Amino acid sequence: MKTLKVSILRFPGTNCEFDTVYAFRRLGHETRLVWHKEELLPADTDLVVVPGGFSYGDYLRAGSIARFSPVMKAVQAYAENGGRVLGICNGFQILTEAHLLPGALKRNDNLHFISRIQHLRVENTDNAFLNRCEKGEVLRVPIAHADGNYFVDDESLDDMEKNGQILLRYCDENGEPTVVNGSVRQIAGICNKSKNVFGLMPHPERAIESILGSEDGVKMLEGLHYA
Amino acid sequence: MKAIVNVYLKEGVLDPQGKAVHHALGSLGFTNVREVRVGKQIVLDLDADDPEAARKEVEKMAETLLANTVIEDYDIEIVQ
Repeated sequence: MKTLKVSILRFPGTNCEFDTVYAFRRLGHETRLVWHKEELLPADTDLVVVPGGFSYGDYLRAGSIARFSPVMKAVQAYAENGGRVLGICNGFQILTEAHLLPGALKRNDNLHFISRIQHLRVENTDNAFLNRCEKGEVLRVPIAHADGNYFVDDESLDDMEKNGQILLRYCDENGEPTVVNGSVRQIAGICNKSKNVFGLMPHPERAIESILGSEDGVKMLEGLHYA
Repeated sequence: MKAIVNVYLKEGVLDPQGKAVHHALGSLGFTNVREVRVGKQIVLDLDADDPEAARKEVEKMAETLLANTVIEDYDIEIVQ
């Protein structure tokens, strides 16, 4: 097993960076927080994580301002060179705004901030993220968001399904997809076409100890060092 | 010169806020509303003289930041 050097971004309003640091250190990795004003990522970065929070107060649209921070140019270049990038919650929103991931995240259909432990069905494991999970496996991971309503046009969606880019769907305890926030086809997580950029609304970094309700996040985050 | 940018969800993209407002209007007795779309208005005070050049500039702003064209449309009004 390889020890990864994980660069975790911080924007004004990010609030999950320390949970993310804790989770990756617990898995045996090295972590560095990278302030959004930086123009370069640490040169030996093995993985970039864009953590959750409310960058720039979610003003205009969630992630829309953070996506223009100096560090995002470096992330763009890193991703284009095949580097691995994981966006969690607000990080997912930032990556869609930056067009590193297809689609967009709208306000939840019921307009509520939804905060609870949610069942997720693993849809594809042939990628550098969920390779430790089983296809069809049901995970329990917290969600906490108001803008998680994933939208992409039907044509792109069909392509994504064909390419195995749909990673996770909201479901019930039996794995039956359920409507949680209005996402098209109940999508909770996706990746880009070249499968090096990943985004999900649920928080695996909050599900790494049974005392907090679930350890399923370990299995998810672990995949990144086996791939 | 001012530019008024209206941003709203595209036709065919479900507008959850519009739906909630529609429902609320219905329960208040305003039953003749067919549909409600909620958008946002961004008013820019511009240091510019040429309205056509200003419009082009604001279009760039809308495409880059003010609207997410994956889900939103926008229109621009230039006011002298």
